[in-house]
Amino acid sequence: MLGWEFPPFISGGLGTACYGLTKALDHLGIKVTFVLPKMVDSKYATHVKLLSPDSQKSLLSAKISELKNVKFRIIDSPLQAYTTPDLYQQRIEETLRQKQINHGLLSTTTQFIDRTEYSNDMYTEVHRYAAIAANLARDEQFDIIHAHDWMTYPAGIVLAAITGKPLIVHVHSTEFDRSGPHVNQIIYDIERQGMQRAAKVIAVSHYTRSIIISRYGVSGDKIEVVYNGVERNGNGHWPLAETGIRKDEKIVLFLGRITMQKGPEYFLHAAKKVLEVMPNVKFVMAGSGDLMHHAIELAAQLGIGHKVLFTGFLRGDDVQKIYQMADLYVMPSVSEPFGIAPLEALGNDVPVIISKQSGVSEVLMHALKVDFWDVNEIANKIIAVLKYPPLQMTLRSHGNFEVRKLRWENSAQKCTKIYEEMLVALA
Amino acid sequence: MPSVCFYFQVHQPPRLRHYTVFDSNDQYFDNKKNAFICRKVANKCYLPANRVILDLIRRFDGQFKVAYSITGILLEQLQRYSPEVMSTFDALAETGCVEFLAETYYHSLSFLYSRDEFVEQTKKHLRTIEHLFGQRPRVFRNTELIYNNELAALIESMDCFDAIITEGADHILGSRSPDFLYQPKNCPSLKLLLKNYSLSDDIAFRFSNHDWPAWPLTAEKFARWVSDVNGNGNVVNLFMDYETFGEHQWEDTGIFNFMRHLPDEILKHPDNNFKTPTEVIQSYHTVDTVDIPHIISWADTERDLSAWLGNAMQSNAIHELYRLETKIKNSNDEKIIADWRKLQASDHFYYMCTKYFADGDVHKYFNPYNSPYDSYINFMNVLDNLQSRCAAEATGDTFCGTSQNKKPPDLQTA
Repeated sequence: MLGWEFPPFISGGLGTACYGLTKALDHLGIKVTFVLPKMVDSKYATHVKLLSPDSQKSLLSAKISELKNVKFRIIDSPLQAYTTPDLYQQRIEETLRQKQINHGLLSTTTQFIDRTEYSNDMYTEVHRYAAIAANLARDEQFDIIHAHDWMTYPAGIVLAAITGKPLIVHVHSTEFDRSGPHVNQIIYDIERQGMQRAAKVIAVSHYTRSIIISRYGVSGDKIEVVYNGVERNGNGHWPLAETGIRKDEKIVLFLGRITMQKGPEYFLHAAKKVLEVMPNVKFVMAGSGDLMHHAIELAAQLGIGHKVLFTGFLRGDDVQKIYQMADLYVMPSVSEPFGIAPLEALGNDVPVIISKQSGVSEVLMHALKVDFWDVNEIANKIIAVLKYPPLQMTLRSHGNFEVRKLRWENSAQKCTKIYEEMLVALA
Repeated sequence: MPSVCFYFQVHQPPRLRHYTVFDSNDQYFDNKKNAFICRKVANKCYLPANRVILDLIRRFDGQFKVAYSITGILLEQLQRYSPEVMSTFDALAETGCVEFLAETYYHSLSFLYSRDEFVEQTKKHLRTIEHLFGQRPRVFRNTELIYNNELAALIESMDCFDAIITEGADHILGSRSPDFLYQPKNCPSLKLLLKNYSLSDDIAFRFSNHDWPAWPLTAEKFARWVSDVNGNGNVVNLFMDYETFGEHQWEDTGIFNFMRHLPDEILKHPDNNFKTPTEVIQSYHTVDTVDIPHIISWADTERDLSAWLGNAMQSNAIHELYRLETKIKNSNDEKIIADWRKLQASDHFYYMCTKYFADGDVHKYFNPYNSPYDSYINFMNVLDNLQSRCAAEATGDTFCGTSQNKKPPDLQTA
């Protein structure tokens, strides 16, 4: 399994998905070697090393105790989920600066000779990563290569070529989702190559499947749809004292990366319309991203700055708390391959409005659905949920029930079936 | 000797247009869509089916008979969008072999929420049918065959009906057969005709179902099942939506041909005949009293109200609607009253049903909305506007300058 991120170091749905799927595969008794990139700088390296006595240069392995059949191989690399080439560049420059400072302080260079040099641009780094991953093939036993999203595709292709094992690429998002019409050609090429070379492509929704067919020219019979699941963290029931919080304002929540893909500006335009009719509402934008400043400015421009709160990126308990406060969750994504967050919201008894341009709208019946661009309709539905308790009640009770049926076990079972079919076809 | 008693329900709801909280005019209904659907159903069902029935009546020279219950809101739509259908119903009425039944004009659930409104709507329907078809209905059917003892008592107190039609639900009949005439409890002047749901649904729901062991259903086979009742029943009540012909069961399923051949096959058996509901009550004695304290209907597998009132949204919407009754009526504005009444059509609440699991496909097929939630939101936005119009009337404001107290688009009097 080639992934990008794994809890606790996650920045979005991909890490959650990798974790959920791996954990469920583990329960099914599938042996997984999970390879993921991580920049090993000294302050983290110490504790990682504790777990990995057999460290050889940049290769580290670790084990998480709850997962019995899963072994981790960590490749020292600054690749991160949701990185853009520009962000990568900044990060590398920052690292180099750091090195120079250290270099100035320490006259000996012994500190650095062991360090693998990271590549200066992300694309080269992706290929360097592939080369290191290929090294792994020598001391690992496996039957299937399962690669998650584009950064790992080159590694998957190399591994498949060396070992002759079948490659599955698992598409959690495409360049078209992330960048709209402004597609990064290099990333697109990597994605396309991965999908073309793979023996099977797994898409997280039919929505994504159709993008893969129409935009990447992959034949439909090669693509399987495996929906994501949702972890049941807690049961959505809070101690009475906590639910009894009295508030005279309703809270509408946006939770996700504040990027073009997530449609933050549609959320704000809808907020403006809601406030024209219903003044006692606050809009919370939880998350960070490259459009965060733009979003803050837009809220001010619309004259609703005092009604919109930006919390920055939230994790763990803070996410639970924000769900507990929210009356409604809105996901106005422009293009969302799946969208795990609405499932988490429903799992926390928060009704949801989701974009029709999302994979999750294929699996959720008890959710309000809108076109992301239809600001009027988003506002119409927000007002309805806040105004009519029976609507909120019905959405919540049916939604919560529906979410219980979406389990990672089902996703893992479907993946296992695909593995088996591939091995049979090979034999 | 079983008589076959056909009754067809003929109805199309007044569908709402997409109405958001930001809308403020009083045009609630999607006239374009209603016209389109009305014409579509007219072409697929009403016109060809009326033709078949008329041919059969003529061919069998008075031996073939049927009954219709046509809602007032459909009659309004037919007059406006498909007047040719009206003339075919006229022709049917003139044969003397067709009986028209009474119901609430607006296909409403008013019986459950306002007895006054229920009586007014029923009288309006009686007047309309008498005016259009020259006969005053003597048999009542409530919306969705909703029935209990109280309904019977109310209908008896109106003093203009001989019988009520309802569902022959298993849980009220027990081991008794629906193929007899019954009497409602404590209503000596009324009779009860109960739907033989098994044979009715063989035509209405199972006719084209290839997984059904009895498929394909031929007229000959069906006539045999009807004749099997001989000796253990007087009347086989076949009650169904008229849209079964050509709309629910498409023409290519052979449904029209089935109907064309059915009377022949039924009448091959010398003991069989066709009767209208009124003839049935004149021909047979009641065999027993039926006590129905709890409400029944003909819907879904539960035969209860859960398709219209099964969730919090449905019950909230309908309560809010009837809560406005006094306000609406005090407005004395005919357009406001007509709009309020059209919102009472049971279909609006059916669209809000979240019971997808067992009868899901049937519900979805008839639903103009993508989800029950969308239909609730739309309905509540409309209701909110209607309420504000009443308030404006009360305070003497001229609401948005659009309501001109015009006569409602009602049936034109000749």
